[in-house]
Amino acid sequence: MSTSSVSKGCFVFKPSAKKKKRTLTLEDYFADGCEDAENSETRFKLCQDLWDKIKTDTEVLQDELNRKILDSLLDFTRKCSSTHQHSNWASQMRASEIPTAALVLGVNVPDHDMTFQSLSDLLQQSVTPHVVSVQAKECGALKHLMKRVLERMMGTVVAVDDEEEEEPEQLSAQLHKRVHCSLGTLCDWYNTKTRKSNTGTPGKKRSSAVRDEQQQPPVVIIFKDLEAFNSKVLQDFILICSRYIERLPLMFIFGIATSPSTIQHMLPHSVSSLLCIELFQSLSCTQHLATVIDKFILTPQFPFKLSSKVMQVLISIFLYHDFSVKNFIKGVQLALLEHFHSQPLSVLCCKKKEALLNVMQLSHSNLERIRQLLSFKRYVEKQDPQEQDSLLKDDTHLKEVCQKLIKGLHKYHKNYYPILRCLHTLTSSLPRYPLGKQIRELHLICLEKNVWENEDYQSAMKLLKMLAKDELIILLQRCAEILEPVKSKKMNSALVQLNELLTRFKELDTAAAAETAPNVEECITSPVKNLQKKTDLFQLQKTLLEMNESRRSKKLSPFEVLRNEVLEFIDSLVKSHLSPPDSQTLNEVSYYSSSATVRRHINATPRTSIQAALSSPYYYLQNDSLKTEDGSVSNAAPDICIAYKLHLECGRLINLYDWLEAYATVVSAAEGNSPDSDNFGKVDEVKHARFIRAVSELEFLGFIKSTKQKTDHVARLTWGGC
Amino acid sequence: MALLQHPGYEEEKLQRVAEQLPCREVQAGTLLALMGQPQQYSYPSIFIYGHRASGKSHVMNVLLKELELPHATVSCVECVSVALLFEQVLLSFFGCDAASLLPRSPSLSDFVRIYREQCSQSPARQTRYIVMEKAEILRDTDANLLPALLRLQELVEDNVTVILLSEIVWDTFRPNTGCFEPLLLNFPDYSKGELQQILSQDRHPSYSAEFYSSYINILLGVFYSVCRDLRELRHLAALNFSKFCEPLADGKVKETDTHKLWRNIEPHLKKAMQTVYLREVSSLQWEQIQQMEEKEAGVLRGLSAHTHVELPYYSKFLLIAAYLASYNPARTDKRFFLKHHGKIRKTNFLKKNEKTSNHLLGPKPFPLDRLLAIFYSVVDSRVAPTASIFSQISSLVTLQLLTQVSHDDQLDTPKYKCAVSLDFICAISRTVSFDIMKYLYDFL
Repeated sequence: MSTSSVSKGCFVFKPSAKKKKRTLTLEDYFADGCEDAENSETRFKLCQDLWDKIKTDTEVLQDELNRKILDSLLDFTRKCSSTHQHSNWASQMRASEIPTAALVLGVNVPDHDMTFQSLSDLLQQSVTPHVVSVQAKECGALKHLMKRVLERMMGTVVAVDDEEEEEPEQLSAQLHKRVHCSLGTLCDWYNTKTRKSNTGTPGKKRSSAVRDEQQQPPVVIIFKDLEAFNSKVLQDFILICSRYIERLPLMFIFGIATSPSTIQHMLPHSVSSLLCIELFQSLSCTQHLATVIDKFILTPQFPFKLSSKVMQVLISIFLYHDFSVKNFIKGVQLALLEHFHSQPLSVLCCKKKEALLNVMQLSHSNLERIRQLLSFKRYVEKQDPQEQDSLLKDDTHLKEVCQKLIKGLHKYHKNYYPILRCLHTLTSSLPRYPLGKQIRELHLICLEKNVWENEDYQSAMKLLKMLAKDELIILLQRCAEILEPVKSKKMNSALVQLNELLTRFKELDTAAAAETAPNVEECITSPVKNLQKKTDLFQLQKTLLEMNESRRSKKLSPFEVLRNEVLEFIDSLVKSHLSPPDSQTLNEVSYYSSSATVRRHINATPRTSIQAALSSPYYYLQNDSLKTEDGSVSNAAPDICIAYKLHLECGRLINLYDWLEAYATVVSAAEGNSPDSDNFGKVDEVKHARFIRAVSELEFLGFIKSTKQKTDHVARLTWGGC
Repeated sequence: MALLQHPGYEEEKLQRVAEQLPCREVQAGTLLALMGQPQQYSYPSIFIYGHRASGKSHVMNVLLKELELPHATVSCVECVSVALLFEQVLLSFFGCDAASLLPRSPSLSDFVRIYREQCSQSPARQTRYIVMEKAEILRDTDANLLPALLRLQELVEDNVTVILLSEIVWDTFRPNTGCFEPLLLNFPDYSKGELQQILSQDRHPSYSAEFYSSYINILLGVFYSVCRDLRELRHLAALNFSKFCEPLADGKVKETDTHKLWRNIEPHLKKAMQTVYLREVSSLQWEQIQQMEEKEAGVLRGLSAHTHVELPYYSKFLLIAAYLASYNPARTDKRFFLKHHGKIRKTNFLKKNEKTSNHLLGPKPFPLDRLLAIFYSVVDSRVAPTASIFSQISSLVTLQLLTQVSHDDQLDTPKYKCAVSLDFICAISRTVSFDIMKYLYDFL
């Protein structure tokens, strides 16, 4: 992707496929990406289908995850609105508090929108039609808050006096009558509304009869980001609301990002005593991420895959920077787009059947591309010379082989994930988590290189060899459960073997105990018996050594034998199925590996890009005259680049006059004046002005600032340089 | 009960008023005396002050309602603009036609003009009263509003009296340009006996008055030392009464056996003082706990027990850096964050005037540069200065973990303060295994 801007790195490229579809034609869309546009249409379609699937699935997932907390919230609102109408002695005497739900959502504020959206939808469906949500940034003052609440509730425009200038005539003409901004108005509105729904249209609203039964649906106000609200505004608003609670069944929902004690920091006792606060804690974002990864990454259903580096970038952005699942998915989306955009062979990145079809339709140039693939080259090298020859020359033969390879890749994925999960279940409960607590860590290890060569893997295996029987059986049973639903020959046979081993474990219980005891005794006692005879020193030493030896290679109990067998079995599974994807031929088709692109787009570094622009203007301007070899700046570069380059050579304080002189020399050279002429390096007015502009631009960018330490000097704000 | 008496009002009405105002007879009497007979002119403005829930609004409302005097009651907190105030006054005196005459964003003179017009059409036969609740908010509105309201009678030439109700004393109201002095009237706090008398009035219909009164006595014994707010006490009484009656319902005790009842309820009330009174636990939850019995009680944690905040890794370090910048003097940074900081003698290093703990003085503002410099030296890996690092700083500000001291407009070196407590930052630094105590000047 390219922009015409100098500060390219600052731009967030919204990788929204939809937008692109609308503004650009398909041809434009793929035009700069690749020379081969013939299959761009298919690729685009594949990409969009995948993204649509991811999008709908994330929404479903989000709903599922939020279900529990939303359900309890709904219960709370129902309960509140019902107790509000109770009329026993206690509730009469009780100060009427405003029911308030404190919803703790975690610090990833951008993710909250979706939660609140589904919450208000659910509320509207099942509890009350009167739901309003407000955000802090639109409610700077009390009257704005009131205005927002009233407007959204009643769907009219509310007049707040002494507002800015008059609105355009035609706008105010089409508005309904303006209402005053007070909760009294809201009360009146609410009364007419509820009365209307009680009396009017009985036939039409049959379905909502259940709702009407409570007659007074609560009025719910959602404060999306409590922390950002001005506490004075909030206090006043609550005070006002509490005056109307008798007439208007109000209810608040506070969206809290940090901790519930914020409420107490923001509201004094006199105000918080007007609220009846109940706490609701949502799922932590790390758990959320784990489910998302589980659903989209660790499954053979999505043909599109991320390489370990890209995964690492996305996960580290999540853990180190924002905790936002939404951004993580955006990152996946970017990778998806980039992959389909930049890799012509991504036509093969789809369901098996389609992929096989697409292989047959590959053009010659694309087949050439396949031949260029690193993994394919490796594959070719392993074949015999005749086969090599036909692979490199014969297109139809290549297509057939490709079909086979694609099948192999799909098989690999089918087996990889179940075994990964099995290994994770076995190792995730080991002390000090040698292979990581989360499955994503194990996945990353496996993506990178052969996991069985990893030291941590060896230590994990050692730890597994020390497991007690019941623990091991439980873990193995869980593995069997994982393998069960997988439809693959290899997995089925693995399952059979595993079950066999499990039954043997159970048989051990009954049979083994009696058998082992004499055995052990025998092997220990025999040398000791020998010892009782009188022997010389040499003999003694020999027997002792023997004893030592035998103790070390003490005969294993049947359980231990079986345990070793099981672990060997697991090890063999790991070795045959968890090899890294790099080793698979044609992995480039489904794996996106350009982590630098993802990092550049998602984790922008404005300072670095400014410095890049200043030190090598060619990088952004793409003008041939700016090309230089050794990283120096050409004379023809923009003024600011020259000034920047010169200022790098200075110390902490820069003498402006020296700087100007140096600048004038460089610029004169650029103008083609010969160094011998009189005018060379002379400062004329134009140069002076250009220099001053460059300096002030540098000041604006924060590289220098004026200082009072020395006259005619400016201070450098960055360090380093030539 | 001393009856209220004043000529010009019906005996019967006064009787009703007196019944509704227990323990406020004296104040009601004074007010009546001030108001005079309905048709007589009253004093232009009266200022009534007293603590929360000392019956100011209640007395005014009962008096004006029962004696059927024309009045307008306005809560100042609700009037986000003066227009609302004017409108409400005009509405209740002259009907909605008058209120609609107000122009958009009316000024005080508009109000006075319309009032005079209307008043000439329907002159006051009885004194009109404007009651302004939470009058302290009037101080923040236009400077001319409060002085004008105080002599409104003069301005509109009508028999009108403005009554201001506030929780704070008049001295803090007086504008520095001077104004008409209203009559001051104080509502003192209710004494323990008075509270007992008032609270005993709202007894449960199915129990005897003595029984309820003894309950209130116990309740006041526990709560009187911490809370004298009538409203809160009434709320607490309602919440805990069912627990008090429990042994009675089980048939274990008789109504008269106060000692046993006291033994039963006292620990319960003490617990209520720590939880539901502080709103750590909501009243709904409190009622549920009562039904759950002891076995699960104590499981529920209050609001302030949840202080744990999960933050992204770098945000944690940014917060730690901010804390260090806020609580360490800037000149000590060299000592803490430079590897070869040269010779800094301890005696030299600890200056005399800085011996007072920085933690007692509170956080100090620091510029962005210093925050980032400390951040890069405490975080263990190399971090690229990406946009998301900067956006994390601003999201820490919106989460109120940092506060921006300089104005929003100042883009060049903004200044911040760290707004978290020592306990909080210790918990945070423990999660990233950073020993913050080693870096704090106060704890050297």
